[in-house]
Parts: sequence; C-alpha cells; structure tokens
Amino acid sequence: MNNFQYSRASDIADAIRLLAVDPSAKLIAGGTNLIDLMKENVERPSRLIDISHLPLRDIEETADGGLRIGALVPNSDLAYHPMIEQRYPLLASAILAGASAQLRNMASVGGNLMQRTRCAYFYDTATPCNKRSPGTGCSALDGLNRNHAILGTSRFCIATNPSDMSVALAALGALVHIAGPTGARTVALTDFHRLPDDKPHLDTILGSGEVITAIELPPRGFARNYSYLKIRDRLSYAFALVSVAAALELEGNAISEARLALGGVAHKPWRSLEVEAALRGQAATPDHFGHAADLLLQGATAHSHNGFKIELARRAIVRTLMQATSATPQSQSHKKIA
Amino acid sequence: MNAYVGTPTSRVDGRAKVTGAAKYAGEFAADRLLRGFVVEATIPRGRISRLDTSEALKVKGVVDVLTHAHRPPLADKDDAWKDEVAPEKGSPFRPLYDDRIKFSGQPIALVVAEDWETAKFAASRIRIDYEEEAFATDLESERGKAAKVDQPHKPRGDAVAALARAAVRHEADYVIPSEHHNPMELYATTAVWDGSGRLAIYDKTQGVQNVQKFLCSVFGKKPDDLRVISPYVGGAFGSGLRPQYQVVLATMAALALKRSVRVVLTRRQMYGLGYRPMTIEHVALGASPDGTLDAVTHEAIAVTSCFEDFSRNDTGWGEQLYKSPNSRLSHKLVHLDVATPCDMRAPGAASGVCALECAMDELAVALKLDPIELRLKCYSDRDQSEDLPYTSKQLRQCYARGAEAFGWARRNPAPRSMRDGKELVGWGMATGVWEALQMPVAVRIVLTANGHAEVSCAASDIGTGTYTIVAQVAADALGLPIENISVRLADSTLPQAPVEGGSWMAASSAHAVLGAAEDIRQELARLAKAMPDSPLADLDAAKVTLVDGMIASNDTNGAAVSIADVMHHSKLERIEKEKLNQFAEDKSHARNTHSAVFAEVKVDEQLGVIRVTRVVSAVAAGRILNTKTGRSQIMGGVVWGIGMALHEETLMDHRFGRIMNANIAEYHIPVNADIHDVDVIFVDEPDDRINRLGIKGLGEIGIVGVPAAIANAVYHATGKRIRRFPITLDKLLE
Ligand SMILES: Cc1cc2nc3c(=O)[nH]c(=O)nc-3n(C[C@H](O)[C@H](O)[C@H](O)COP(=O)(O)OP(=O)(O)OC[C@H]3O[C@@H](n4cnc5c(N)ncnc54)[C@H](O)[C@@H]3O)c2cc1C
Ligand code: SF4
Repeated sequence: MNNFQYSRASDIADAIRLLAVDPSAKLIAGGTNLIDLMKENVERPSRLIDISHLPLRDIEETADGGLRIGALVPNSDLAYHPMIEQRYPLLASAILAGASAQLRNMASVGGNLMQRTRCAYFYDTATPCNKRSPGTGCSALDGLNRNHAILGTSRFCIATNPSDMSVALAALGALVHIAGPTGARTVALTDFHRLPDDKPHLDTILGSGEVITAIELPPRGFARNYSYLKIRDRLSYAFALVSVAAALELEGNAISEARLALGGVAHKPWRSLEVEAALRGQAATPDHFGHAADLLLQGATAHSHNGFKIELARRAIVRTLMQATSATPQSQSHKKIA
Repeated sequence: MNAYVGTPTSRVDGRAKVTGAAKYAGEFAADRLLRGFVVEATIPRGRISRLDTSEALKVKGVVDVLTHAHRPPLADKDDAWKDEVAPEKGSPFRPLYDDRIKFSGQPIALVVAEDWETAKFAASRIRIDYEEEAFATDLESERGKAAKVDQPHKPRGDAVAALARAAVRHEADYVIPSEHHNPMELYATTAVWDGSGRLAIYDKTQGVQNVQKFLCSVFGKKPDDLRVISPYVGGAFGSGLRPQYQVVLATMAALALKRSVRVVLTRRQMYGLGYRPMTIEHVALGASPDGTLDAVTHEAIAVTSCFEDFSRNDTGWGEQLYKSPNSRLSHKLVHLDVATPCDMRAPGAASGVCALECAMDELAVALKLDPIELRLKCYSDRDQSEDLPYTSKQLRQCYARGAEAFGWARRNPAPRSMRDGKELVGWGMATGVWEALQMPVAVRIVLTANGHAEVSCAASDIGTGTYTIVAQVAADALGLPIENISVRLADSTLPQAPVEGGSWMAASSAHAVLGAAEDIRQELARLAKAMPDSPLADLDAAKVTLVDGMIASNDTNGAAVSIADVMHHSKLERIEKEKLNQFAEDKSHARNTHSAVFAEVKVDEQLGVIRVTRVVSAVAAGRILNTKTGRSQIMGGVVWGIGMALHEETLMDHRFGRIMNANIAEYHIPVNADIHDVDVIFVDEPDDRINRLGIKGLGEIGIVGVPAAIANAVYHATGKRIRRFPITLDKLLE
C-alpha cells in the first residue's frame, strides 16, 4: 500500500476542485473496491477524497415519474427501498445477486458503477496487464481467461465488468448524472462504460475531475415480467460467469416491450436495441428467445478457456426470458433456478 | 463414571471464542511491539541479483529490513531445519537464508517498523532484481519426469496379468488440483522479548513443542530461551503441522533487534505456504462378471517442490479395503519450482480415495451392479494389505444405516432417470477410510482441595475440541463437575505432546488424562485409607472410584469419603501428578475408521448448475467422546468435501509460475448457499482392543469419500463422468 493524503470533501464542488488539482487523487465512497486495490498496489492514489458523507443519499421521484438515486445510496438500502422493490424489482434482484450482505451495506451506487475488473492479472502487479500498466501486454489473452469476455473484446484487453447492478441498470435504460469542472452532464448507462479497444485503462467515459452524482431510472419499471439470473461457480458470493437481466411487457403472450442485458461477458453491460426491437411484436416463446439470444451473441468469440460462456449465455438468456414471461423471477435467496 | 464422555457436551472454550476473549497468536500485546511485513519473490526460480533496501530504510518508522544479506546467523545444516513433520528426504526451506529463489511467493525480506502500515508501505519501496532461470510448474506437462518414491506396500499377485484377463475392466485418470489452505486465521507470530534475551513466542501452530525444538535448532538456542505458546488456533487442518516461515522471521527479528516483533501474513502470502498437492491418480480395476475384484492398481503422480519430497498415502486404500488377489501401487513425484506441499485434512486419502471411489462407481456401472452391492462383494473383514484383522470395523453397518437414512433403495440406477422439474437428480455414494493412530502424550493434573482440577498438556486445540474432550475425560475420571476442570494447552513448557494431526489427538490426550487421573485416584485412595476411622480403611486401593467429589468404594456398601476431607486431613492443598501415556505396541491388528457417504445432487439440465441438496455420512469411528463436537467435525469434513468436489482449485499461470487466485474471493470454497442438509450418523463400533476407551479419532474421516460421492451423484444425474476436479458447470456443458 502506498502513502496517500486524505481530504474530506465539504461538498461536490469541493470534491471536483480537489480532483482537478491532483490528477492522481481518487474519490472514495464505500471503499470496498478501492481499498482492496490499494492494498495490492494496483491503485496508488496520491490522495483520497472522501465523499462518503456528502448528501447524495436520497431516492426521489422525478417530474416524469422516474426515480433519481443519489450516488452514495448504499447498495443494500437501494435494493430494499420500497419504491425499488415495488417498481423496479429487476434492479433490487440484481443488486442482491452481487457480493455479500456486508459488502452491499458498504458499497455505494457510484462505487458500484466504477468498480474495476476482477481479472486476476489486473490484480497481480507481478504480471503484465494493459489495463493496469498500459503497453505491458494482456496476460489473459493466452492465460487464465475462463472468466473473461466473449463480446466486444480487443487484442489489448478481454476483461469483463463485474457489476451486477449495472446489468439491470442497462436493461432499465438508466441515466448517469455527472458533475465536473465544466458543469453537469447526463449519459445513458449503456454509454457510461467503454469497450477496451486500445485504451483498456479507461473503464468509463468519466473525465478527470468528474463525479457521479446520481443515476436516474425512467418511469418504466417492468415490475411484472422481469428476472435477473446470475450463473456463477458457487451458489452465492461469486462473480458472474454469465448474468442476464430480462424485462418484458406482454400483451397476452405477445411482447410489446423487451429489455435484455448481459453481465460477465464484456467490458460493459451488453445490451442491443436491435435485439429488443426484433423481439417486439413476437410471441414470448423459447424459440423466439433463442433467436434473440443468437442475435445478441452475434460476434461472440472464445478464448482458450471461456468458450463455454457462449452456449451458457445463450441458454441463460432463454431461461431468464422464460422466467420473465411466466412472472416467476429468479429468487436471489433460494438458489434453485426457477 | 460417564457423566460427560459420550455426551454432546458444548465446547468449554466456546464462550471465550464467540465473545472474543480467546486470544490468537497475532493478538498478544507487548511493550514497544514492532511489526514485520514480508516481501515475497515474484519469480519461481533464480537468484536475487540486487536487493536494494535503501529507500525502505529511509521511511520514517522503519527500524530495519532483514534479508539474506542482513540477518542474524542461522543453522547451516539441513538436519537443523528438519522439524518433527518434515519430509524425510530433502532440504527444508530456509527463509532469508541465501539469494536463491525456489518458488514464487517465497519470502525474501522482512521490513520491520513501528507499525504495520509503515512496514507495508516501506515494503513497496524495496527494489529487487533477479537473475531468472528456466523453471517448470506444470505437473501435467512435466508428467514424464515423474520419479518413484519409496512405497511401503509391495505388490500382491500379478495385477498386470490379472487386469489383462479380467472380464470387466475400468481404467482412468482422475485429476485433483492443488488446493490451498484457507483457515480463517492468518498465519501469525508475536515474539515477545522479555529484556533478558528470552522470547515468549505466540505462534499459530499445531505443535508448540515442534516449533520450539525447531527454533532452538535453527537459532542455536536452549529450550529455556524460547517458549512457544498457541492457546487458540483459528483453523489449521494440517497447514500448521510444520513451523511456518513467519515464526522464523518474527523470532529472527526479535533476536536481531532485541524487541518484541509481530509478523502476520496476508491472505495472498498464505498461498506461499503448503497445500494439498495436485495429483493425477490412475486407477485400474479388473473384475469378474459377478463383481468379485481380481485386480486393483493405483498409481499416483503428485507435485512436490524441487527441494523436498513430500508424499502421502494416496494409493494404499483400495488394496487395504477391498478383497482382490492382485494389486499394485505406485506413487511418483514430479519436482517443480513451487513450495513444498503439506498435509491437508486426510492427506493422501482425500485425493486417493476420491479417485478410487469414482473408479469403483464406474466399475459398478460397467458390471451393472448397485454401487453398494459391489462394495459388499469385495468387503473384507481383514486389512487386505497387511492381512490383519481390524480392532473393529463396522463399515457394513455404515453402508446399511447410511443407505437407509438416505433412502438409497428408491434409487433408479439409470443415469438421467430421476428429475425434479428442470433439475436432474443424482444419487451417489462412496466409501471413506482413514487411520486410527495414537501417540504418546503426557498430561499433568493438579487437584486442589477446593475440588478443582487443572489439566495441562502441550497439545494444541486447532478447533477440533481438544479442550472440551480433555475436560470431559478428566471430569469423569476425577468424579468432578466439568465446571471444576480447567484445561491448559499448547504451551511448550507443559507436558509433552506431538503435533495435533493425523486424527490421533483425541485418543492420545484422553488416555493421557486417564493415566494421570489414575495416579491421582491412587494417591487419594492411599490417603483416604490412612485417615483415622476411614470407612475405606480395609479396601483395596484398586477398588475405589472418584465420583461426585467423593472417593467411593466400588462395592455396594456405599462407603465413601469426600476428596475435600481427605485433602484437608492430609494437610494437602494440592495433589499433582504428571504421566506420559504410551500405547502398547500391537502389530497384530489394523486400526481404521470408516464411513459411507451418500450424496444427492440436483443439476440444472440446461445450465449445468449443481446443488448438493443432501449428504448423509455414516461413520464408524469407535467410541465418540463428544457427539456434538464430533458431529461438527464430520459436518466440517463434508462441507470441505463439497468444496473439493465442486469448488476448490489453485489456479497457476505456468508462464509466470504464479498462483493467480491467491485470495478467498477468487479461490472458491463453499459458502452457506452451497450447503443444504448434512446428516451425520455415528454407527456403534465398540472396540475394546484399540485402547481403553475404544476411541479412534474423527478429524479426517469426515472429508474422505465426500468428493467421490458427489462426483458419482453428478454422473448419475447427468450421465457425464467428470474426472477432472473440481466439477464446475462448464465441464458439464462441454
Ligand atoms: C469479495 C467481493 C465480492 C464482490 N462480489 C460482487 C458481485 O458479485 N457483484 C458485484 O456487482 N459486485 C461485487 N463486488 C464489488 C462491490 O459491488 C463493489 O466493491 C462496490 O460496489 C464498490 O462500491 P464502493 O462504494 O465501496 O466503492 P469504492 O471502493 O469506494 O470506490 C470504487 C471506485 O469508484 C470510484 N467512485 C466512488 N464513488 C464515486 C462517485 N460518486 N463518482 C465517481 N467515482 C466514484 C472510486 O474513486 C473508486 O475508483 C464484490 C466485492 C468484493 C470485495
Ligand atoms: S484482460 Fe485486461 S485486465 Fe486482464 S490482463 Fe488483459 S489487459 Fe489486463
């Protein structure tokens, strides 16, 4: 672990100012990811800017009937918030599929969006990794890559984004509110995380000096026909091999609106508007879902150890959409897959 | 006499543990305590060409940086580094000894500072250059270099010929990956400097006297100079049998700096210690169509380090268990640039019996026999390898009681024939076997006139419940309530004990307590007879029992005197007896524990997700001293067995020779969600031959057979035979 300075930001403007003067400073919220990385000398911030006490903990209705969620709302508070449970149960379910109760109590919404990959090479400073040390090479390409991406990879990096919450947010069409030195801006969650291309050290589009202040959920909550299914190497407390967030609006058995996003397969939550458009108007059947899965997985490529993910993702997509159709969402406490 | 033995007595140290009152090695305070942080090598083989500590030494608060070039003298003969448990062959690892790198993760410097954070920070300021050398860490690619190690078992008959002519054969490789210890408590040592050159060393270990002897020989000290204490251990499972390098480093630093020093390893550094070695187990079985076995061959190829030959009995279990006129075993090692493996719960058996019992299941399928029926066909009441009777063997009962509790009779033998909605249901079983060993242990009992007794012994309680069973046996033998017994363990100044391992401590410590208590009883009887007007005056001293605080005649006349009265009268405040218990050598019988394990898995047919929904483990292990802690032992073994079957695997990148999942987020062990019903059955197994109390020990048997039972259940559910552990869902999707 490196030595660092500690500042407690007095407000958002102060946090932005502190970030601006020290480019190697980092914000700290729950600390559940950042501190781990600092202990491994992967992150070596010169200064920690503590924002954990800032007033970004509200969950409020927006004018158009959506919800605005402060960046510092703890993951567990969010998952168990009555408005989330009732109106956006897909989000609640995805959050509860992640980490452990203790971690969720500490973890913030902003920190969750910003959590870094679990690629083992990224964590081990004794090995090359383009994401950690640009230009050193990607050890995972020909190494242990069973947990790595099958979509949107580059020859510079094949890491996945580990967040469960983001997968549901992507499906729900969430927005990310950002404040920065030049003012505030809002981006779609699906545009917030990047693909690795030749700059895998950049996980997101967040610019220097920028702070996530909130996320916003559009009014549509898909509270009836939804499911979040996470497939992993043990039944709890493990990162996704593949996860699927599915949400439908049905008229009889016909799909009037569909949302589908994947986790564990790419550098960002994987969603395709085309696939969703193709589902609209179709009957909610395993065949149509299988077709949608094929479309969404188009271009998927396997590396030495992760080829299984392609077929697994395909099957998981069909199953999750079926769960959503029958309004029997995957339980996150009982591990039997519905 | 048996108020406590055999009952579900709660742990006497349970309250201290859950309230935090129990102190562990890394928690002992000392004046001006320094903290050490270990720096590890990042290459698997080579030399340190430069180790620059200057930047680290400039950090405020850093006291010193110990390295191979800057350290107190260390013994230079291999023998001095051989602890009680060291492999016979080899040259034990010596931390900070020279510039050679033998494995990635090897300690190469210890930064000592006023606080831990400073030490850790300064460690990142050390510059190391290596002269790297070619290395190999992959057992499978180096398999051809396997060399034979001595085998205790000679071949029986001609297994090769018998296999060749067998009507039904099954032959396969089973691959079990290296598995690392992840006890909750990190390895830690607090070496407390008393100002006069003596050290009190609080260490996480399974054997304080082993560590003490080892440190004395490494540092050229006398036993009085180094006292090793380890009152509580937060799990060790074999990893603490040998002294670990942090105790050497803490002692080294304390001696060099003449101050108290604490060294705590990080979770990542724990992966630089010992582990269950990866093995490729080749099993070939030949049988007649009726299921009688004609040949058993078992060959294991295991990883070891380049500097020590670590091997355990992986292969001997089948030829001992099952009747077969022909058998052949071999155990080979491949020397790789990795740390030396070490014992891990049921070393040898956990892996070897896993392969054997999967192979037996495959043979049963080939023979179209029920797996239990096959095992009963080759059931033997004699130890097949030594041709000896057992002191007791109720394995038949384990099969019967386990099968009944599990409902085995309702099993449809066809794979993929049972289902529950979207899940395929599989039922599998396996046999478990382990040794019932016993070792010399000495115990001291001090009985005081107020009716309290202190029982002390150098043995460790690694979480198994030694404190509790020692208290139980002492309470019964001394006729006192258990609340009046205090137990002191794991201090090198206490009476002699070996390391706690091999499942021998229950039997060994219990009989040592009996021995010392017997001397107390005799002394009390003598004193009681000598009292004026003693109602016991005419009694034979052998015919009194201590019960309810009284010295009572065994006759029905009810004659008795209170212990308090006798001691008072004899003007004695305390009676102290110490006794070393040695078990008479008896080579006429084999001593083993056995089990039958039944597992139910449910496998999502489409997604391959496996849930172990039920396990029944029926165990025959002699007399169970404490049914509560005993049950916990077996449950713990079952949980670990589930991990071995489905989760545990140390992942190494052989291009770097580095372990890539050296943390408990990525190195998977079961979590609560993975564990469902676990039913433990203790089968009655009276054994008046093995020892006085008929005890066999339970530490290891709980895990043996569990991985195979699960693998067999997975086969039964899916029709897929996964022979490469752990059974992860990708292997089912292939
Ligand atoms: C053992 C373990 C298992 C886990 N399992 C899972 C899992 O299964 N699924 C899953 O989804 N997650 C999992 N997690 C990750 C967990 O969800 C994240 O660690 C957590 O969400 C991070 O939130 P935090 O507030 O603690 O972030 P911090 O650690 O405080 O910060 C993380 C990063 O976000 C930045 N940051 C924080 N707040 C803001 C902000 N407002 N604006 C801009 N940048 C910000 C920080 O600078 C830092 O770079 C696991 C973590 C651990 C340790
Ligand atoms: S996949 Fe990405 S994070 Fe992993 S080693 Fe390659 S560059 Fe680094």
